[in-house]
Amino acid sequence: MPSNSNSNHRDVDYVFRVGGEGGEGVISTGEMLTQTLARAGYDIYTFRTYPAEIKGGHANYQVRASGKVLLSYGAAVDVLLAFNQEAYDKHIGDVRAGGVVLYDSDSFTAAARESLIYYPVPLTSLATEKIGVKLTKNIVALGVLGQLFDIPLPTFEHLLKERFGRKGETVVQKNLQALHVGAEYIAHQRKQDAILLGPGPRQTKSLILSGNESLCLGAIAVGCRVYAGYPITPASDIMEFLAKELPKLGGFVVQTEDEIAAIGAVLGASFAGAKAMTATSGPGFSLMTEMMGLGVVAEIPAVIVNVQRVGPSTGMPTKTEQGDLYLACYGGHGNCPRIVMALTSVEDCFYGIMRAFNMAEQFQLPVVVLSDASLGHRKATVPVPDLSRVPVIERRKPSLEELVNYKRYQYTPEHVSPMSVPGVSGGGYIAEGLEHDETGYPAASNHENHLRATNKRYGKFHAVEQMANELTRIYGEPHPEIGIIGWGSTEGVIREAVQLAQEKGYSVGALHPKILYPQPLAKLTEFLQGTKAVIIPEVNYSGQFATLLRKRFAYDFVQLNKCIGLPFTPKEILDKIEEVAAHVHSGRRSSAYAAKL
Amino acid sequence: MAQVKEYIGKVKPDWCPGCGDFAVLNALQRALADLDIAPHNVQVVSGIGCSSNLPGFINAYGFHGLHGRSLPVATGARLGNHDLTVIATGGDGDGYGIGVGHFVHTCRRNVNMTYIVMDNQVYGLTTGQASPTTEKDIVTKSTPEGTIEIALSPIALALTCGATYVARGFSGDNLHLAQMIKGAIEHKGFALVDVFSPCVTYNKHNTYPWFRERVYKLEDEKHDTADFRLAMEKAFEWGARIPLGLFYKVERPTYEDEEPALRSGTPLAKQPLQRTDLAAIMEDFI
Ligand SMILES: Cc1ncc(C[n+]2csc(CCOP(=O)(O)OP(=O)(O)O)c2C)c(N)n1
Ligand code: SF4
Ligand SMILES: [Mg+2]
Repeated sequence: MPSNSNSNHRDVDYVFRVGGEGGEGVISTGEMLTQTLARAGYDIYTFRTYPAEIKGGHANYQVRASGKVLLSYGAAVDVLLAFNQEAYDKHIGDVRAGGVVLYDSDSFTAAARESLIYYPVPLTSLATEKIGVKLTKNIVALGVLGQLFDIPLPTFEHLLKERFGRKGETVVQKNLQALHVGAEYIAHQRKQDAILLGPGPRQTKSLILSGNESLCLGAIAVGCRVYAGYPITPASDIMEFLAKELPKLGGFVVQTEDEIAAIGAVLGASFAGAKAMTATSGPGFSLMTEMMGLGVVAEIPAVIVNVQRVGPSTGMPTKTEQGDLYLACYGGHGNCPRIVMALTSVEDCFYGIMRAFNMAEQFQLPVVVLSDASLGHRKATVPVPDLSRVPVIERRKPSLEELVNYKRYQYTPEHVSPMSVPGVSGGGYIAEGLEHDETGYPAASNHENHLRATNKRYGKFHAVEQMANELTRIYGEPHPEIGIIGWGSTEGVIREAVQLAQEKGYSVGALHPKILYPQPLAKLTEFLQGTKAVIIPEVNYSGQFATLLRKRFAYDFVQLNKCIGLPFTPKEILDKIEEVAAHVHSGRRSSAYAAKL
Repeated sequence: MAQVKEYIGKVKPDWCPGCGDFAVLNALQRALADLDIAPHNVQVVSGIGCSSNLPGFINAYGFHGLHGRSLPVATGARLGNHDLTVIATGGDGDGYGIGVGHFVHTCRRNVNMTYIVMDNQVYGLTTGQASPTTEKDIVTKSTPEGTIEIALSPIALALTCGATYVARGFSGDNLHLAQMIKGAIEHKGFALVDVFSPCVTYNKHNTYPWFRERVYKLEDEKHDTADFRLAMEKAFEWGARIPLGLFYKVERPTYEDEEPALRSGTPLAKQPLQRTDLAAIMEDFI
């Protein structure tokens, strides 16, 4: 019988993986396990892959639970729950030596490997014979996990009551029964493994959010009330979340006919004075580029979220990539300064989107916010947000004096002009996509004016670059021998790799900016000084951030690119650090191990 | 009642002398004056084209955006502040060519706004290529052997897509045109006014005299504007006799009526910015 014998639950750090047929509850089993572990007081970090098809195909859900703050989805699997042979075959290679395999013995018989511990459980027949509902096999499995590893059963029970309460008492009872059927079944078996959790160390409540959910909460907090969008994986759940929540706050969602209309409606609503945003993924973002340019020239605040997936074209819709950075920074025609920022963690999705709205309002231009499938769809425990951390900024409005002979695009020292809204007498103007003068009237044949106006638009970058410097984070050594520069969702995994490398005695540090365009040049310059080599890990093929940095720095960066639609593991980055360190110490030039392409 | 001159912009129109668009500008100003809508409460949104330059010549708030994309922006502006009188303007290329997807869905959405299309059956600004309403076999710069495709019927398209006010005017009859526009602004829902607005420079076929010989007014023939089938039939009447006037009008709840946030209360744009209490939403995620 397991008990709370695990004296130091801070040492708990286990990876659970659930695999099976898509559409048969694999994802919801993973979610319930996650929620229970989080409520039990553990930090959690999930990763899921699911087929592009809706029903059928293989799906799996992984959750890492720890007594300490988690930065990545981990490495080897400690516990594999396999509902079918395919899941077993796909994942068995990832289970660490001494790890546990729990499987549905009604579905298949595993050819046992010597180094692993097996618990065959007739999940399906327990569900059909004892409960009479086949799908409760998922809950039976949770009962087994709870009993075997001492994950508090009352926490499971509470969750089941919440989840199934709406479906009536009978359904709740059947699920509770299933949980106990699983627990009792395994209680009679001999325990062979040493995995025990018990209650976790965290006492305070925390939220369990996906990146996309966290982003929605932040958008609501900062005053976004209009969302226009067109469905696309992995961004659709942002629209769905807001469609549910915005009406309660007097706002709404418009589902437009395409992404061009979505960003058009955002510009229109923002022009009228409302805070608006759209979210999409690569294909939709490509369609938005012409409108983004309009937003820059007409100087309209707008927030455009791109939850990146694998491209080009339709690519791999449910898989992750950091492949849209070029498009975000340079997409569209003309000289077109927009702000590009990248979200780095589930918690950062909350504060990051708030900052995006603030910058859009403050600088009156579109802000592109890059997330990705791995971040948008993973869940993590997040402290209840502290709203005082990010103030809410409003756009600059014209004063009464400024409304006399009002100039919408007036030149000012900070390059931001007073922006009137329709309905204000005396503030009439034309938001103009043609090159225009200070009043907004077209000046499409005035050559000197074009330079002045372009200078004005780029002038905003001085202040944004300052912010970019302030929003750059350094992890590990601030002046390391081996530097790492990352962006976006790789923050956690890089931090973990840096910690591991430091433990091994390497001089390592990582720089992670939140604003990527314009770049935090001061911070980058300072960081690069004194480094012997700098690695740039990116989940893309060509090294898009590395390429942007090479434009500004004559530095022989070492690229580390992963282009299989999956995020990095800490080990992959650690291996690269060790490889580069070996070269540095043997005195070889860094170009000898430049990008493997 | 307001004066027409209150709606005259600071910049003089730079259209070719004789261009049909002058009459449209004038008719719009007249309609707004008749309805006594203060200029600062009028929002004119356009795309790109000769006709789309109109917001520059009227005293109101304007938005001169992208080719084909006036309707999404107008929709956003209207939903952001539903106290505004929103008018979208543009050309046949802008609205029925590159932007036709938005046209289809804006009809269906029935947002309360007026869409005035200056239909000159040619691409004017780009100096004379065929447009979606160019008739078959017409020689243009891009169709030296004559157009191969048949022309699209904007009236029929608007009807099938669910527009609730569908009318046609002619730049050669300014008072009638102003009436059509006034009716459109007063109408609650998405209103299309397709205007024969001759391009005197690049369309030597559909000229003022060409239209004068053919047009007649539906009003003069006791047309029933509630009869959808009849409206469809009239939409395709072309050749010797071409109808002007109100083809169809129906009351259907607007997007604003159906959207709770817009039905009640202050426009979003006028609501004070304040911090939102997230406590209730966060309960779902603990
Ligand atoms: C995306 C894009 N494609 C092409 C153009 C070039 N262009 C400008 S106006 C126009 C056609 C204008 O025709 P119409 O809308 O009928 O207006 P008109 O000038 O006849 O009033 C075109 C093709 C553009 N501005 N943007
Ligand atoms: S080219 Fe045609 S449409 Fe354009 S201004 Fe001249 S007459 Fe009017
Ligand atoms: Mg035209």
